[in-house]
Amino acid sequence: MTLELHGLAKSYGSFVAVEGADLMVGRGTFLTLLGPSGSGKTTILSMIAGFTEPTSGQIFLDGKDITSEPPEKRQFGMVFQGYALFPHMSVAENVAFPLRVRGMSKAEREEKVRGALDLVQLSRFADRLPKQLSGGQQQRVALARALVFEPALLLLDEPLSALDKKLRAELQEELRALHRRIGRTFINVTHDQEEAMSLSDSVAILNHGRIIQLGAPEALYEQPRTRFVADFLGKSNFLPGTVRELGQGTLGVQVGALRIRQEPGAAKVSLGAPVLLSLRPEKIRVLGDADTADNVLEARVTSWSYLGAGFSIIAETAVGPLRLAMPAWHAPFHPAEGAAIRLGWSAEAATIVEDDDAGA
Amino acid sequence: MQARNAGWWALLMPAFLLLTVFYIAPILQVLSISFTEPELGFGNYERILTNRSVQRTLSTTGRIAGITTVLALVLGYAIAYSVTMASERARRWWILCVLVPLWISVLVRAFAWVTLLRRQGLINEALIGMGTIQEPLELVWNEFGIIVGMVHYMVPYAVLPMLSAMRDIDPRLMTAARGMGASRWTVFSRVFFPLSLPGVLAAAVLTFILSLGFYVTPAILGGGKTLMVAEWISVQILDLIRWGFGTMMATVLIVTILVTLGVFSRIVNMRRLFGGGH
Repeated sequence: MTLELHGLAKSYGSFVAVEGADLMVGRGTFLTLLGPSGSGKTTILSMIAGFTEPTSGQIFLDGKDITSEPPEKRQFGMVFQGYALFPHMSVAENVAFPLRVRGMSKAEREEKVRGALDLVQLSRFADRLPKQLSGGQQQRVALARALVFEPALLLLDEPLSALDKKLRAELQEELRALHRRIGRTFINVTHDQEEAMSLSDSVAILNHGRIIQLGAPEALYEQPRTRFVADFLGKSNFLPGTVRELGQGTLGVQVGALRIRQEPGAAKVSLGAPVLLSLRPEKIRVLGDADTADNVLEARVTSWSYLGAGFSIIAETAVGPLRLAMPAWHAPFHPAEGAAIRLGWSAEAATIVEDDDAGA
Repeated sequence: MQARNAGWWALLMPAFLLLTVFYIAPILQVLSISFTEPELGFGNYERILTNRSVQRTLSTTGRIAGITTVLALVLGYAIAYSVTMASERARRWWILCVLVPLWISVLVRAFAWVTLLRRQGLINEALIGMGTIQEPLELVWNEFGIIVGMVHYMVPYAVLPMLSAMRDIDPRLMTAARGMGASRWTVFSRVFFPLSLPGVLAAAVLTFILSLGFYVTPAILGGGKTLMVAEWISVQILDLIRWGFGTMMATVLIVTILVTLGVFSRIVNMRRLFGGGH
């Protein structure tokens, strides 16, 4: 099963919801479309499912153009936002629905329903009505219903957004285990970056109807291509500067009065060009008296908070306020407002990103 | 807790007294005539079993109310379904179109039907003019005319409870069903229709009960030849001055309505029917 999107676009009047999306999803992949609300992620999913007709572009399934096929012909499983369980049917009837419309015999249906309910550990609740179940259980019924006819592709529209945080984490793990066990292709839509990172093999980050970057969660976090990606996935400090030195392996980037040593990474830079550095808070170290680093900076703590595993500190420096994360265990100092500290980071810690003005 | 409840009841007392003194008590008094005139006992009620005119009136009323209910439900369901599926803008116009007839006097509408349906009416003239028929059809002053007028009157009452039930149905359910491979017809028959049933039942009760006691429309469109219960009562009391006989029928009507309500309230949420909160 390979799903390909070629220049898929959707506009409503003058409003462009999706702008030429290209994607290739291979067999067994768990892909997440991640973006803020209005970024077009749900529209893309809806076009894949067949509920929304693209303005232009094509969708191919195993090389076959399915762009104009109605949803019921595509044979994809889908978990809807809010689950969309049929309130007048029992759990078993809900799960049997896709089989019933396919004209499957009763005996066969019952066997498949039992299998699907076992898969999500809900066999005991087969005769209950959806409203008699908890949110997490309803979510699993929706999952069983989407998987019962063994679709090659499962589409998930914000499957966990209605659940509280703890339950969400639990179901994330279940979903991931399920994906591994049945080896089917999952396409998930979410605005929750943690969910996207923990579930997916591959994440497509969307903003304003465009796919900004596609890659494994780790690659996206470590090598964000643009300011938006760096900002949306986790937190980051942004340092605008100018390239002043093109050395061997490292650049000299002038940020305010500070000359920063920086590895160019994949970015193409030229002397005198403006660049934007993205520096993750956890990559800034608080230096002891004897410590050194490629980049060293005097700073003063302006605010801090204790988060259990670590401290989140905002410190005023010569290049503006910097946010840093410091592990609480064996912390080199105990934060206090106004405390003077030395900060350091290595030349490969920051990433040069394109400034797509995500802040606006 | 009890004291607080008592306070609320005190607030209801004026309305309760007003209703009891000026509405319920007089009705009971009138109905009690059916046991006292012309002589004490169940004499009037025995005539349900023996009097042909009573039996004919009851069966005519039941039949007309039943047919009216079924037709109003079918037409109303189609309208309510269209309104539910329409765009927000179109929906407002639809609802206005459904409500407008409610604001026009039932008398005006009944006479309007007479002018349309009578022998020299618009419909007969048009059909004769087109050569479809030679002789004018008997469209009014019979059961057919009554049913036409009553269905027309009842459709809005059928639409409103069904519309309310249909609008409570999450549209995502239909999308989901389509996505799971169901055809449009399957989506309707297995998802939409079962979920709209409470509204259909509510509409059925409402139209049936209203139809049972209908007076003006049957009186005008029936032309005095087809009598329904309400007109029959009026003839007994006002023309024949047989109070006991007339109030007996009124009692039968009220009991029938209460029984119908009682039976349906076990199935349907009555608060939905009468517009209360869910």
